[in-house]
Amino acid sequence: MAANAVTLLRVVGVSKRFGGLAALDAVSLEVRVGEIYGLIGPNGAGKTTLFNCMTGLYDLSSGEVHLDDEPVHGLKPHQIALRGFARTFQNIRLFPNMTALENVMVGRHPRTHAGVIGAVLRDRRTRAEERAIRERAHALMDYVGLGGRSRYLAGHLSYGDQRRLEIARALATEPRLLALDEPVAGMNPSERRQMADLFLKLREGGTTLLLIEHDVKLVMGLCDRVAVLEYGRKIAEGTPEVVQRDPAVIAAYLGGEQG
Amino acid sequence: MSIPRRFSSVHAWFQARPTFALVMLAISLMALPFLVGGGLGNSWVRVLDFVLLYMLMALGLNIVVGYAGLLDLGYIAFYAIGAYVYAWLASPHFGLHLPFWMVLPIGAAIAGVFGVLLGAPTLRLRGDYLAIVTLGFGEIIRIFMNNLNAPFNLTNGPQGINLIDPIGIGGFSFGKPFVLFGQTWPPTYLYYYLFLAFTLLFIVIAMRLQDSRVGRAWAAVREDEVAAAAMGINTRNVKLLAFAMGATFGGLAGGLFSAFQGFISPESFTLWESILVLCMIVLGGMGNIPGVILGAILLTVIPEALRYLGDMQRAAFGQVIVDPADLRMLLFGFALVAMMLFRPAGLLPSRVRKREFAARDGAREQEQSDLYDARA
Amino acid sequence: MDIFTQQLINGLVLGSIYALVALGYTMVYGILELINFAHGEVTMIGAMVALTVIGVVMGAAPDLPGLMMVAAGLLVAIPACMALAFGIEKVAYRPLRRAPRLAPLITAIGVSIILQNLAMLVWGRQYISFPPILPHNQHEFLGAHITDLQIFIVLISLLTMAILVLLVEKTRLGRAMRATAQSKEVAELMGVNVDRVISATFVIGAAIAAVAGVMVSAYYGLAHYYMGFMLGLKAFSAAVLGGIGNIAGAMLGGLLLGVIEALGAGYIGDLTGGFLGSHYQDVFAFFVLILVLVFRPSGLLGERVAHRA
Repeated sequence: MAANAVTLLRVVGVSKRFGGLAALDAVSLEVRVGEIYGLIGPNGAGKTTLFNCMTGLYDLSSGEVHLDDEPVHGLKPHQIALRGFARTFQNIRLFPNMTALENVMVGRHPRTHAGVIGAVLRDRRTRAEERAIRERAHALMDYVGLGGRSRYLAGHLSYGDQRRLEIARALATEPRLLALDEPVAGMNPSERRQMADLFLKLREGGTTLLLIEHDVKLVMGLCDRVAVLEYGRKIAEGTPEVVQRDPAVIAAYLGGEQG
Repeated sequence: MSIPRRFSSVHAWFQARPTFALVMLAISLMALPFLVGGGLGNSWVRVLDFVLLYMLMALGLNIVVGYAGLLDLGYIAFYAIGAYVYAWLASPHFGLHLPFWMVLPIGAAIAGVFGVLLGAPTLRLRGDYLAIVTLGFGEIIRIFMNNLNAPFNLTNGPQGINLIDPIGIGGFSFGKPFVLFGQTWPPTYLYYYLFLAFTLLFIVIAMRLQDSRVGRAWAAVREDEVAAAAMGINTRNVKLLAFAMGATFGGLAGGLFSAFQGFISPESFTLWESILVLCMIVLGGMGNIPGVILGAILLTVIPEALRYLGDMQRAAFGQVIVDPADLRMLLFGFALVAMMLFRPAGLLPSRVRKREFAARDGAREQEQSDLYDARA
Repeated sequence: MDIFTQQLINGLVLGSIYALVALGYTMVYGILELINFAHGEVTMIGAMVALTVIGVVMGAAPDLPGLMMVAAGLLVAIPACMALAFGIEKVAYRPLRRAPRLAPLITAIGVSIILQNLAMLVWGRQYISFPPILPHNQHEFLGAHITDLQIFIVLISLLTMAILVLLVEKTRLGRAMRATAQSKEVAELMGVNVDRVISATFVIGAAIAAVAGVMVSAYYGLAHYYMGFMLGLKAFSAAVLGGIGNIAGAMLGGLLLGVIEALGAGYIGDLTGGFLGSHYQDVFAFFVLILVLVFRPSGLLGERVAHRA
């Protein structure tokens, strides 16, 4: 994989300040096509802030973000999604009063076209598109293992299912890069294992994954490469084996966690 | 589930025979003005016309408030724009008498353009700012209508514009009494059928919009704007679209009002009209079309019925102690507060809104979800 | 006579009243993110109650100095408005604190309608005139006129604002209010009784509104059941102009809006070549509001709002 490494996402010197507080300080990293890239670090290290900066939710204080060598910093979130960069949220943000299926159907929005006139006239093309949206959404529900849950309201799904649904919804936008913000938080070990399987399946399907995770064991077992953030700075990057042995990481994060 | 048990068997019976139910409904709707006119007098047929006009407005506002979750408190302004455009293009005021099939779309389009002009700068703001800006816009439009009689007489000021052309097709005019079954019927009967046709059209459009890519985008924006944007939805455009659609509906309804009434003045377009239409949506059940229809019926008919309060007072006390018109608004106020406190999702809540408003109590919510799952 | 100076003075006087009403909006919005729609109506009730009391006092003791009569009116109107606002918050807003944001806004409109129509039933549809009990002497001032009444209004407004600032900056309650406006959750954790702070915010805003109601009816010499509506809208615009949630902003916004309105009304005829006249005065507030929201949505002095998590 390392041999023909093509960069998909390039983050260059991204800084984000809130007032006087520097939440991110010149963070740079590269995510390659087809890999699972892990982003770890203690609470408050700036992982989610970095996600929000990359996906257009926050304006950058300085720095650049490129997707496929095209600059995406300064774009609006929906434009970034349109370019094939989808995400989930740490504190699950589904559309709680829509059904699970409708949630996924919303994800098809940037890849479909019907407008008001089509919606009102229901011409042949609109009906075909609508059918395709529905079928694709069903397929994605099956894919993430929510096959029987289509008609539930999203807000009423179990916690783990909500996480899966968020992934299905993000996948519906046909992302090349999928950023997952703590996707297994609050899950039990068997659920975590299922999720890890799902991630591997996703990668096999050609989706590049960017993962924020607290579960170090999961990250180390799953990711091709890992970056470690602390106090808004990247303190290490590399394969899990290398990072695990990095003294700075041990001091800052692993050391802290193990006592 | 919201249907009381003693009706549920009737309901089921009709549900099993959809064609029959539809035919029955069509016949009742066709016969309604004659029943109402025969039973209660012709003035009630006029009330019926207004029920339909308000229904048109409520369906339009429902797109903005119910579907997209944007609170528009100046909706009447678009209705006013539609009404005035109709009056300008089809009355002696400027000596123009264009046919209605040109004037109605022009009025609707201009109202829609105003919707975009107002929405474009304000829709990126927090929702309650939008409420205030739209409210202010409604007042601005009314103030302009009131004062644009000088130096150039555009609106004829507080006196309003008179002798507006009725709707006519070929040589046939909706404004003249017509003869049927050897009897002469006033124009209110004809307008009933015209408005009914428009209402049915609006209902179909509204339902199709709700169940479409656009409708889902509206719902997504209403539910969680950040998540909607992350799903590739251009939230500003989507909100603007809802706003413009609502304004267009309102403009069309305003044009119909203008033609029906034959006379318009700024007095018809006060803030309270905006609030009244909003109340219809809230009372009936936001986002839910049957609820909106019910709300429009109740809030148009009840105030009319309250007029009898004057007669009742006269009968009981020998004089009118409280002017029923005064009581009307007071009751609206209480109804609004009571609805929000005790039945926030409306009389006929949509599945969606019911849960949104009930989402306070986790345990109860779970129960409901089980119920829903059992049904699904 | 210098029109500019004259309109400036008129604008500042009216603006000081807007500022008082704006304070009520801004304090409540800062804590609850709720546009307390009924606040304009509370102002109206303040004016009505005070006028009724003044009428009674005039009948009982016609020789009393005018200022004393107004003081008597205020003495009743202020607690009446405080009680009213306390009740409104408790009945119409508190149960909906966790409801979707549309819900309390709609009850607020409902309460506003109720108050207006109750006032209409109690005090009638006609305009009620404010008796000419306050001195109306005119003074020459920089080439313009200023009346005793205008000076009186500005002084009372300044005094009220000074008291409020002291209350917010120097007292325990004020500290609790500021903490709650920062974050309800954290304030609660720190032992602040948030419910009481919210009640207090409404009540204080209402007391100020009562003063404003009396001032505005004294200024125009009139009171009317519908007067709260426009006043409330303008005051809210003023609060947004200054930066919602920001107490200094509300004061600045109120004064500015008053001045803009007065100058606008004075010059609109010239500016538009006679096309638009001074009866468009009420339009300015909304144009200002829309312009502010478009170009500087956080207001002149910045907003201070406890956003929901």
